[in-house]
Amino acid sequence: MFEVLISLLPSVLLEGLILGFVYAMIALGYTMVYGVLELINFAHSEIFMSGAVAGAETFILLKGTIANPYLLLLVAIIIGGAVAAFVSVSVERLAYRPLRKRGTTNRLVPLITAIGASFFLQDLVRLIEGLWNNAFYRRYPTFDAFERTYNLPVWLGDIVIILSLFTFFFAIVYLIYWVGVRLARAKQKRPTRNTLYALSGLSILFTVLFSLKYREVLTTDMGLSIQMKSLLVIVVSLAMLFGLNWLVNKTKLGVAIRAVAQDAQTASLMGINPDVIISRTFLIGGFLGGVAGVLFGLLYTLVHPYVGFIPGIKAFTAAVLGGIGNITGAAVGGLVLGMLEMLGGTYLTFLTNGAMGTEYKDILAFVILILILLFRPQGILGQQVGEKV
Amino acid sequence: MKNLARNQLLLSLAIALVAVASGFWLLSDPRGTLPFLLTLASLLGAFLLPISKWLKVLIGGAILLIVVPAAGFQNSFLFELGVQIGIYAAMALGLNVVVGLAGLLDLGYAAFFAVGAYTWAIFGSKQANEFMPVKIFPLPGEYFYLFMLLAVVAAAITGLIIGLPALRLKGDYLAIVTLGLGEVVRVLANNLDQPINITNGPQGITPIQRPPVDWFIAIFNQFGIQLDKAQAYPLFFYFLVLGIIGIVTLVNIRLDHSRFGRAWIAIREDEIAARAMGIPLLPTKLLAFATGASFSGAMGALFAAKQLYVSPESFTLIQSIIILVMVILGGMGSIPGAILGAATVTILNVDVLKTASEYLEGLRSSGFTINLGFFKYNFANLPTQLEPAKYERMVFGLIMVLMMIYRPEGIIPEKRRVLEMRESE
Repeated sequence: MFEVLISLLPSVLLEGLILGFVYAMIALGYTMVYGVLELINFAHSEIFMSGAVAGAETFILLKGTIANPYLLLLVAIIIGGAVAAFVSVSVERLAYRPLRKRGTTNRLVPLITAIGASFFLQDLVRLIEGLWNNAFYRRYPTFDAFERTYNLPVWLGDIVIILSLFTFFFAIVYLIYWVGVRLARAKQKRPTRNTLYALSGLSILFTVLFSLKYREVLTTDMGLSIQMKSLLVIVVSLAMLFGLNWLVNKTKLGVAIRAVAQDAQTASLMGINPDVIISRTFLIGGFLGGVAGVLFGLLYTLVHPYVGFIPGIKAFTAAVLGGIGNITGAAVGGLVLGMLEMLGGTYLTFLTNGAMGTEYKDILAFVILILILLFRPQGILGQQVGEKV
Repeated sequence: MKNLARNQLLLSLAIALVAVASGFWLLSDPRGTLPFLLTLASLLGAFLLPISKWLKVLIGGAILLIVVPAAGFQNSFLFELGVQIGIYAAMALGLNVVVGLAGLLDLGYAAFFAVGAYTWAIFGSKQANEFMPVKIFPLPGEYFYLFMLLAVVAAAITGLIIGLPALRLKGDYLAIVTLGLGEVVRVLANNLDQPINITNGPQGITPIQRPPVDWFIAIFNQFGIQLDKAQAYPLFFYFLVLGIIGIVTLVNIRLDHSRFGRAWIAIREDEIAARAMGIPLLPTKLLAFATGASFSGAMGALFAAKQLYVSPESFTLIQSIIILVMVILGGMGSIPGAILGAATVTILNVDVLKTASEYLEGLRSSGFTINLGFFKYNFANLPTQLEPAKYERMVFGLIMVLMMIYRPEGIIPEKRRVLEMRESE
């Protein structure tokens, strides 16, 4: 029994990794807006959805015209991203900016606006799709080029497994450590370098022991196989991650975004127009969300106006898990959440003989969210921020 | 001064006249939308205008206790609408304690409604035989009142369980965690048909026992009004809901003016200052959460008995959002606002949107053609997806955004709230 579970582990971890990259892509949008406005942009899940739907329409419309699937994907990504960016900027312009101009001090007002905008967008897309196609469920066409599976070379498969195992163990050890710190009510705010080394060492030890013990079961003759579209997801999300990191840290726009995030009033004294910068932030976040939507559609084929809700809330969990406002944190959180969810979804069904179905994996994400918010609200990579009075 | 008194007298006369006229119109045309809306408007007018308290009670009582029931005999949709408004109003009042008074945004409020509904649904139907050692279910309808109290307790306990971790968080995080936990309750209701069948999963539970109404029919018989059971139940639920609304409103007003009410408002205004004043944050917030939840639980039990059927479908996120929209529309923290919001949103949802859908459907099937010479349109070509009743999310989303932008304090604002919402930094 246990051996069977272990032999499933590599493919489950790989699946989790891919899911995690999807979450990470969506989480980038949440984290960017939160970093600048300290607002949970509830509408981001709908921005993601509008990108996915626009991508589906592009695929369906241009399928006959453009023969090369990769070129078609590129066009779909650009159109999906552009539509999502437009929606994102419009939401900011029409819903959030009037609130900022009035300068309300109430925290609930922007939040309720965001929820309202999110619900409005769901049915708006449904209306447009319904009027256009007389149906609002859209399916991505499948291409042989994307569906083809590739066997990973054995060494690469081993590296993926070992890295995933290490991440997994590290996440668990780290969480246990923080729960312990919190429960002991220790004053320590962040782990020292030595603690981190110790935790990493412990995780490496676990990884080595685990892989040695279950060596035969873990390595199969077939090796790991991955579909082209999953590979594309990984490549594009890594590109997005590095691109965004470069944009925020190395460009003039990035400096301006960080300045507005720190203190909009002072930034405006330095010749930065906060409104323009906030609008740009929404543009970038929306574009990234739209691209994520197209890739999500490619991966799971069926998209509809209500498809954004669950991935959106999980991506938000990922953003909080990694440390909201932190770009690398969003990626780390996404990967950890994706893997935990895949593991939970697979093994819960197995261990309970199907009594607890896959729907419980949605609960898992919320439980993680609550645990992380209670025990380490700043997330894995975030920093403690004092309470503003 | 004399002028003022005369104005008030004129106003009282005018509103009484409108109320009487609209009441009679409704009685003569019980299916008309216009007389119904006019009656409601006169009810609202009587409440809002500065007229004597006794006249308000008189007009309100006459409309709610005589005109609506009498008209409802000919058009039972009025009862359906009235009961729905009542259920939502009680829940909006409950959410008003949490969101309006204590300032805690709860997006999983429908979860407590679900707990209340399942409390009676499971034991008031054969469902409980599946897992209880004694096979005596369904319990007879008399137990409904007991289980309504139990539903209050169960919902309050659920509120404590959800609140204990969630209420340590602030603002945005609290909202998203309550949203998550609300979904958890729905997923549990959807999946607890195995390993032990407790909720019967997605199929839902039916039929559910109703409280007996023989005594109710007997009372009417004494006045010479003959009722059969099919007529008695809508009337009975209508009066039951009216009674509960009365109690809930009273509890709300008393709470608002109590030590706890002031503590909640203090927390809403400034948490740190409230803590400095010696208000224990977590217990006070938990109390708000449990209070709000208990109202919802009671209405859940009533809902189960009224509908005869309960399934997880009725407790989705959109339910929580609809109740939130009611509170926002009426004015956060305002008791009459919550009731007005509930009435508006329910009428919009149950009546107006459906009527608009039917109207468009009628146009479509009649094949009516507009011909303006330069513009020609055959309504038979109207897309079938154009159905206002299916776009409730759009309507409510728009209401939320517009209210937040243009009137965040709501239609009938609570006085203290206006300042807070409008002031700038």
